[in-house]
Amino acid sequence: MNEALWAAGRASGVTALALLTASVVLGVLNRSGRPLPGLPRFSIALVHRDVALAATAFVGVHVLTLLFDPLARLSVTDLLMPFAGAFRPFWQGLGTVAFDVLLAVVVTALLRHRLGLRTYRTVHWLVYAMWPVAFLHAVGNGTDARTSWFLEVAAVSLIAVTIAVVWRLSAWFVESSHARQELR
Amino acid sequence: MNRTGLHVDWTRCDGRGLCVELLPDLLGRDEWGYPLPHRSTPGRLLTEVPPGSVADAEQAVALCPLLALTLTTEAAT
Repeated sequence: MNEALWAAGRASGVTALALLTASVVLGVLNRSGRPLPGLPRFSIALVHRDVALAATAFVGVHVLTLLFDPLARLSVTDLLMPFAGAFRPFWQGLGTVAFDVLLAVVVTALLRHRLGLRTYRTVHWLVYAMWPVAFLHAVGNGTDARTSWFLEVAAVSLIAVTIAVVWRLSAWFVESSHARQELR
Repeated sequence: MNRTGLHVDWTRCDGRGLCVELLPDLLGRDEWGYPLPHRSTPGRLLTEVPPGSVADAEQAVALCPLLALTLTTEAAT
């Protein structure tokens, strides 16, 4: 049973990193207003939502399995309060920070029609800080962090998010950038 | 039969185009990407949504990234 918890805790953590990465890239694509071949804009919005929810589910499995796993020595307070853990407290604390921010992002995104655009958007911007924190938690806390398969997942994730953010900051990011900037 | 109207809050709209995809019979896009009703009634801010398109219009309201869309219903006279 403990073996299973430990294996599930690690596997769900890596899966969550990959899904969070996909969600960030889809979110940036969604913000650009550009469709993909075969995937209209509203589908990108829905896929972004669903991948983000799947990532959150895997984070939930990751946290719950390790909470009951004796090796991880995780306590309930570690889920909310960072940097007080027993095992690599700094790197585990980064995971706590990312977890709490992720919960806030998901709740405000699902309730955005009630909360209004400003609250939703302000909290959603925190993802740009949350993803690097989650990434550092995975690399610094993970016991598989020196294995080649993990490093490959981490490298691809880092490259994907970096490209997405650089594209996001470029002048021609939004679909109608050209049309709108011609008039200036 | 109630009449459904689609309202675009132009102070919010950023022309992302999701509503135009979901309601191609009602909306087109101008060259800057903003939605443009195919038919507009003079003196009315709402675009009338035919009964067959109400479900799509609800999707558009739910998915608008800027929360710029609202649906209104009024009893037909």
